[in-house]
Amino acid sequence: MRNLGWLRVPFIFTYAFLYIPIAVLVVMSFNASKSPFVWTGFSTQWYTALFNNELIRQGFINTMIVAVGATILATILGTLLAIGVSRYFRSAIVEAYSLAPAIIPDLVLAIGLLAFFALVGVTLSLFSVLLAHVVFGMAFVAAVVIARIGQTDSSLEEASRDLGAGVVTTFRKITLPSLAPAIIAGALLVFTLSLDEFVIAYFTNGPTTPTLPIVIYSMVRFGVTPEINALAALLLLVSFTIVISAQRITRLTDAV
Amino acid sequence: MSASTTQSGRGAARRRALTGRAIFAGPGLLYITLFMTIPVLLVLVYSFFQRGRFGGIVWEFTLENYVRAFEPVYLNVLSNSLVIAGTTTVLALVIGYPTAYAITRLPKRWRTVALVLVVLPFWTNFLIRTYAWIVLLNSEGPINSSLVDAGIISAPIGLLYTPGAVIVGLVYAYLPLVILPVYASIERLDRQLIEAASNLGASRVRAFFDVTLPLTLPGVMIGAIFVFVPSLGNFVVPELLGGGKTVMVGNLIRDQFLEARDWPFGAVLALFVISLLVILFAIQAAISRRINGTGKRYAAKQVTHA
Amino acid sequence: MTLDSTNAPLLRVSSVSKAYGDVVALDDVNIEIQQNEFFALLGPSGCGKTTLLRSIAGFEDPDAGAITILGAGSGTGSGPGEGGQIDLLSLPPNKRPVNLMFQSYALFPHMNVRKNIAYGLEREGLGKDEIAERVNEVLITTGLTDKADVRPAQLSGGQRQRVALARAIVKRPRLLLLDEPLSALDRKVRAEMQIELKRLQHEVGITFVVVTHDQEEAMSMADRIAVMHEGRVQQIADPVTLYSQPANVFVADFIGTGSLLHGIVANAVLLLRPEAVHISAEMAGAQLHGEVVETHFFGGSSTTSVRVAEMETLIVASHPGAPKFAVGERVGISWNADDAILLEDQP
Repeated sequence: MRNLGWLRVPFIFTYAFLYIPIAVLVVMSFNASKSPFVWTGFSTQWYTALFNNELIRQGFINTMIVAVGATILATILGTLLAIGVSRYFRSAIVEAYSLAPAIIPDLVLAIGLLAFFALVGVTLSLFSVLLAHVVFGMAFVAAVVIARIGQTDSSLEEASRDLGAGVVTTFRKITLPSLAPAIIAGALLVFTLSLDEFVIAYFTNGPTTPTLPIVIYSMVRFGVTPEINALAALLLLVSFTIVISAQRITRLTDAV
Repeated sequence: MSASTTQSGRGAARRRALTGRAIFAGPGLLYITLFMTIPVLLVLVYSFFQRGRFGGIVWEFTLENYVRAFEPVYLNVLSNSLVIAGTTTVLALVIGYPTAYAITRLPKRWRTVALVLVVLPFWTNFLIRTYAWIVLLNSEGPINSSLVDAGIISAPIGLLYTPGAVIVGLVYAYLPLVILPVYASIERLDRQLIEAASNLGASRVRAFFDVTLPLTLPGVMIGAIFVFVPSLGNFVVPELLGGGKTVMVGNLIRDQFLEARDWPFGAVLALFVISLLVILFAIQAAISRRINGTGKRYAAKQVTHA
Repeated sequence: MTLDSTNAPLLRVSSVSKAYGDVVALDDVNIEIQQNEFFALLGPSGCGKTTLLRSIAGFEDPDAGAITILGAGSGTGSGPGEGGQIDLLSLPPNKRPVNLMFQSYALFPHMNVRKNIAYGLEREGLGKDEIAERVNEVLITTGLTDKADVRPAQLSGGQRQRVALARAIVKRPRLLLLDEPLSALDRKVRAEMQIELKRLQHEVGITFVVVTHDQEEAMSMADRIAVMHEGRVQQIADPVTLYSQPANVFVADFIGTGSLLHGIVANAVLLLRPEAVHISAEMAGAQLHGEVVETHFFGGSSTTSVRVAEMETLIVASHPGAPKFAVGERVGISWNADDAILLEDQP
């Protein structure tokens, strides 16, 4: 910090800018007042109110169904894809194609899927949201696992294959264990992404099964309530915990 | 004898590679094709046909939708979007570049902590993060009340529901996406090049503009794309923080698909966003090739954090 | 040129010390470098030579001591002490009349060769025509004229080194620092560049300070060499003196080959260079006796290694022609007292 010189100014500004809004939300979620702006004393009543809110509870259940399902599918497909791309293709174009769903703007993917589901006659429901979340989730898992494969050396697998083990045996005995941390980290990331994803869910969901972000969206449109503050604080806690665990499992930032 | 052995060995290796591709990459690539490529191509196809009365499509070829995009109303929205997304991008770079630079100067242990702290907000709920700014910018919110308390203003001012609020919300949403690629490019820069410039007589400012900035330009471009394109396509921030007064391409697309039920015209607008993305990536690739002939796997690497 | 300026050293390093935490990089270093000298800082990695070089260039700040350079006679305006000594440490790196050729060359990858070379002159604010003229001149001197419009990435290692050198000498610095200038080159190119550097130094009349860990490189190029070890200067001398009169055991061991023998002379170490050792089948009159354990034939000459009972080090002798003794033979070892070097025994 000390030797940053004048760079301290933007440095401190950035972190204040990133965290003050979050901090304000969390503090206000413990506010006794009904006004979300004026602090009148400590209370956990909004958390209680939250748990009694039927809409939010249903939204949470819907979100969990999608997030768990999408995580399982995306992790399996993404891991296989990463191995296939970095071990059997070694082509920059195939790799870029595999990661494209993570870069394409969510709105474009959302309307494309809406049009596609309408065309092939898939009824919009939690299942169509799940199918959509798997596409970009898979790309994120693949990205994390590809980065990990880049750090490990392939001679173990080659040795295993030289010794007569087939592709599948080699995968089960050698590849999978060495990639486990990256796979778990990737799964955790997909889970948070799916948990928080709004735009694609908004377009590909049926009208009767809103996910939590869709519930939040409709609440926020109507204005500010202390209940949302409490919900925000909880969601922040969940995301922070998951992302920090993922970071500790594989040093994600080393892949920069 | 030995020749045929090696040949069958080579054949087996090739078969193994093909089996590997099919088993491992096959399902994923198929899935991406089915649920990304085909849907996006469908958008392209729809843009050339007529709208159905209740959404959907009537299969009659037309260029009408493209012509419509040039009507003054829509041109206005497009240029307005470009200005807001552009301002957002410039602001994010002005804040993000020096921050990324500062992070590279930290001791290695703290660098990781600083980077995780940058990424963390990005992985949290986007609606919640936008909502935080509704609270902050509200006329009864903390910013207004502390300005009034400090005597800087006598009565609360309208911060929320302005283009400024939209820009702040977008910068807040995408700042981490600027810092990461810029950080990576500064980190990768050979410090001796800056020393060389200094040794040849360049002041620190001069060395920055002659060496550091041009050589980190590919990273800056990636960061800019990661802010600019999603800002254009964002409809939540303009709605929640702009109060519907600031209309961007994202809002138009959303409305065409969910309210006006004019899918073909929505498709044209979405293609506008996609082509911008492609063009900007092409420019980025050209720039990084010009600068050092590398940077191919650059964009892909960043995905890990996005 | 006045008498005074020929006698006064160009660069004076006085009592410079630098530590990184507990690690001492420079420990009371004193060096004087004369004008037009080809000077080498020689030592193993971690001896402080690079820290000293970077301190002179301005990329490290010594904890103590002074580094001064003789003011330019014909006013470059680089300081108040015209003709006298200028305090280098008070100047930022970009204001020092010193140029550095980096070990990695540090060529700007986004500029072509011509632009790389012109960069330093542009920073001096020279006119376009003068810059073009001086760049062309240097391109010719370094044989790079046909590569002027090429990017560094398209050059070979030897060509890159020439560009780095051209970029530094075009500035006509009083002092040119070269950090391991030949280490990145393969063996054949290295030999060529050694001669080339020496030629250039004569041609452009700039004082060269080379940092290197390669004693052969230093010995073959430099007029004088400072041998450094653990942050201290062990000895400053010309190559012949370093070889024949090393100041201590470290220098003796680091420069050239030879056998360091303990216990023959009381409280001292005896250094025998291979060419000073005579071996023969005659045992009578020999100072030591031993058994041949190894012979090497190099075409024109050979070396014979002999083990003497109860001595740890082998004694190596060199002589012209093929090896004269077979492994296992017993031989007598002798030397002229004048050729043996006595060194203080250090713990």
